[in-house]
Amino acid sequence: MTETKKEEITKYIVISSDKVLPSDAAMKIYESEFPVTVKETCFGLIVSGAKNDVQGVVEKIRQLDKNHIFIKDRGFPPGDERRCRASRGGGPRPGFHFLREEVEMLPAIGAALDELEAKEHVKEKCKTKCRLKTSDLEKVIEEELAR
Amino acid sequence: MAKVFIYPLNSLILADLVERFGHKPLTMMSQIREKVTGLSLDSPPMNITSEDPKLGLKYAAIEVPAGVRGRMSLMGPLIEQTEAAIIVENPPANFGCIGCNRTNELIKYLIRSKGVPVLEVKYPESDDEARDFVNKIAEFLETLPREKPEENEKAKEEGLPEKEGKE
Repeated sequence: MTETKKEEITKYIVISSDKVLPSDAAMKIYESEFPVTVKETCFGLIVSGAKNDVQGVVEKIRQLDKNHIFIKDRGFPPGDERRCRASRGGGPRPGFHFLREEVEMLPAIGAALDELEAKEHVKEKCKTKCRLKTSDLEKVIEEELAR
Repeated sequence: MAKVFIYPLNSLILADLVERFGHKPLTMMSQIREKVTGLSLDSPPMNITSEDPKLGLKYAAIEVPAGVRGRMSLMGPLIEQTEAAIIVENPPANFGCIGCNRTNELIKYLIRSKGVPVLEVKYPESDDEARDFVNKIAEFLETLPREKPEENEKAKEEGLPEKEGKE
């Protein structure tokens, strides 16, 4: 009994993406048929369940937009009476203030991760000299036009 | 995979970056989970057992406020596991479990005096600062060992008999 309890984990999926909405991510989880509990929130999702299932789901969701989806552990299970505002008379739950402050920074962090990834991509390419692929050129043009 | 202590202990950005670059973040959430989901608690929601004050006394004397000792009973075990640390100064808000400045000073002191590699950065306030912040953390995490030497040895030892058996 104790062992099964220990394996239950909860994770926050915080979405700061232009491409993925929390509802899209929730739909992906329902499609994946992992036995996890999903709660949709204003900033993303709360996923709870067995450790392996949650980790599998979380990685799958991260791949939707890996530099703009952020994940962290949560101590309390979703809807826990000690934290859930439904049973505490409303207002933000303890811990939400810091999360909200950090969520404001996520677009900048996501952009920095994009740049870091692009740099690594360039570094890898520099090692082997080759002609520029048309697909890469298309990407460059799309990025320039998107600015 | 190195165990990386992060300060603030409940930071989403730091926990995510550490995990993203292939290491294990030591966070407050995992400690809290053990407390609130464990069956050893006598009377939830009072999440403390008789062992916790004793554990806190290891890090702070009896004259120190009870809040510091209570927090240290949760954070102290994390400091002992630490193999590297990322300390971010002037976090935007400190509430709840990380809302005690005296405890924060004590944990930062313990981490610095432990002799593990420590990266100290400031919370970003602009896009340029965010870029520097991410780059510094990425560089720091890349310098940390991916696998423990002990684990490698164990894996080799486990692998040897199989090979011998096959031959």
